Amino acid sequence: MFETNYDVVIIGAGPAGLAAAIEAKKVGTQKVLIVERDHALGGILQQCIHPGFGLHIFNEELTGPEYAYRFIGQIKPLGIDVLLNTMVLDIHSDDKRLYAVNRERGVCNIGYKSLVLAMGCRERTRGAIAIPGTRPAGIFTAGTAQRYINMQGYMVGREFVILGSGDIGMIMARRLTLEGAKVKAVVEIMPYLTGLTRNKVQCLDDFDIPLFLKHTITDIKGKNRVEKVTVAQVDDNLCPIKGTEWDIDCDTLLLSVGLIPENELSKKAQVKLDPITLGPIVKQRMETSIKNIYACGNVLHVNDLADNVTVESQIAGMYAGLNALGKEFKPRKVTECIPGEYIRYIVPQKLEVTEDRQDISLYFRVKEPARNVTLEISSKGETIARARRQKINPGEMEKMKIKADAIDKLGDELIVSVAEVKS
Amino acid sequence: MQKTFTCLICPVGCEITVTATGDTIERIEGHECKRGIPYVTDEFLNPKRILTTTVKADGAQFPVVSVRSDKPLPKNKIFDCMEVLKKTRIKAPITMGQVVVEDILDTGVNIIVTRC
Repeated sequence: MFETNYDVVIIGAGPAGLAAAIEAKKVGTQKVLIVERDHALGGILQQCIHPGFGLHIFNEELTGPEYAYRFIGQIKPLGIDVLLNTMVLDIHSDDKRLYAVNRERGVCNIGYKSLVLAMGCRERTRGAIAIPGTRPAGIFTAGTAQRYINMQGYMVGREFVILGSGDIGMIMARRLTLEGAKVKAVVEIMPYLTGLTRNKVQCLDDFDIPLFLKHTITDIKGKNRVEKVTVAQVDDNLCPIKGTEWDIDCDTLLLSVGLIPENELSKKAQVKLDPITLGPIVKQRMETSIKNIYACGNVLHVNDLADNVTVESQIAGMYAGLNALGKEFKPRKVTECIPGEYIRYIVPQKLEVTEDRQDISLYFRVKEPARNVTLEISSKGETIARARRQKINPGEMEKMKIKADAIDKLGDELIVSVAEVKS
Repeated sequence: MQKTFTCLICPVGCEITVTATGDTIERIEGHECKRGIPYVTDEFLNPKRILTTTVKADGAQFPVVSVRSDKPLPKNKIFDCMEVLKKTRIKAPITMGQVVVEDILDTGVNIIVTRC
């Protein structure tokens, strides 16, 4: 069996893996390896040919492949090794080795000092949301259709209905329209948009594509190919309301109904997962519950902006690198981050108070949309940080900073909450 | 004539209504701050968008390669530009930033390759 050893090994070459690898190398490690199952670097960015990437970290508007190239271009000059077309099969965290397979070398046994999980996420399918009806051809997840159209040049249909108002679904609505298809409706079960407002304006409104909030698809009809779907309004419990159904003729249904972090390997490594994010539980240096294993990007929690993934992954990569060089951060105390009123989850889930004090950013999602609110971080009954927001939305991740000099004020728990709502 | 826009300057997303006769704006309503005014004025008089799509590529890894406009294009020219790009075919080797169509439909905007 082919055996090799590295300081830092990164699984996945999307925006998370690329940023982590670059930072891991930059802190002074000798050997860094990225293992990627696709034939090229860039991950899902390769098929995201739309603009909107890099506004936060490069201050310019790039497409997915251009954004990816900002990082891919650094890999070779930095001397980072890459194994493409290689699937990681198992992680043995006890002896710090992983097993991967590719066509050239067969099974590879790779040792690491630090491991970064950056496998991303995958799309929910029809099976995951159990839409009744027949099983004809013409039902795709939005991302699969995106890969067919944008990379393989294969048009997947003529008349579309899209279920879910997530960003990929809306971006595909525009893409399909530009390619000459007719998008007849975007149907969203929630009473609010689940993607970004910018995408509703530029992808749906620009092309007069109707959006039906509080509606869902209750039936798919068609023998060989999709012929029509049944749409119905839902009540406050998200149950379809009888008598509100109507049929829309279409030959293709796209599903943009959420993403699930892909953590099969994390489970094999016995990394503890958060039941809400479905990703690893991490501390502020992005270290998981297993020593020497770090996680970042969509494998950790589903992000709406690649820019956020980059920032988070730079932290993971930097500390994975420092860990491989033998640097230790002895915790004096561990603080649990508890989602309070209106908060769904917080990443990182735990903070370690150590000798080196740094500002810590908390990323979190709210449960419901609201306007004119105050967000608050508190611990031991004391306010640690407050921030005003004119608008909050479950589809847009929130971020708050704990200043380095406030870290000593933390108790065993901190609570993030929406403190005040003014209407 | 009345037209309503969702402002994209900040996350609030004000619904701003423009009342106009022809190209002359008479009233702007619904904006919570003054930044909404130039935004809807542009959106009403001269909306522009970056166009991203693919063109056929011979001898490349995939049958198509992704491209975009190097500057925003007038919104009403987007579908005409798509017609031009449907007929555009380029040959490998292909480099990022390579100009595929220069000054598309006399807009002063180039279409460039976005992958390598």
